[in-house]
Amino acid sequence: MDINVIFRIAGIGILISVLNMVLKQAGKEEQAQMLTLAGVVIVLLMVIQLIQRLFDDIRSVFGF
Amino acid sequence: MGFFSFLGFMLVVTVLLLIIRKERPEIAVLLTIAAAGIMMVSLLKYVADILLVFETMARKANVQTEYLTLIIRIVGIAYLAGFGAQICKDAGETGMASKIELAGKIFILSMGIPVMAGLLDIILKVF
Repeated sequence: MDINVIFRIAGIGILISVLNMVLKQAGKEEQAQMLTLAGVVIVLLMVIQLIQRLFDDIRSVFGF
Repeated sequence: MGFFSFLGFMLVVTVLLLIIRKERPEIAVLLTIAAAGIMMVSLLKYVADILLVFETMARKANVQTEYLTLIIRIVGIAYLAGFGAQICKDAGETGMASKIELAGKIFILSMGIPVMAGLLDIILKVF
């Protein structure tokens, strides 16, 4: 059970919300939007690897 | 990996979710999925042990192995459908959750129906 992934995702979330606030204060709404999107994509890539591992393990355990 | 590490893991995830959910709900959903995935992967080891016990019991009782593998597959589908539906519910998409549950039910029914048909054939042969 690797908690490092969880910490990484939470860290990315906090970092992005802080950067978002800074960019909004500076009046760069579009960059803030793109930053949010980039963060979501990065986290999604990490989560997809986990899900793939889960599905492979389930396939091998339950004999699909 | 005992029960206490699962408990601690989930408590840590809950605290992190509380921090993130206000600012970035979309990353909170991804965090939920990651936590659920890690938890399931580490629980699967125990599930595999339990299934092994069932298999040895079935072999002792001379149950046909094809039925046992069918049941195990159905349990797997139920497990995955519950996983997906719960994540959708957590994200607030109850409609998607009920659709996943419906798909799971239909797949389980379609896998179970041949067994039911076989049972009916046996009954018809007897009478």
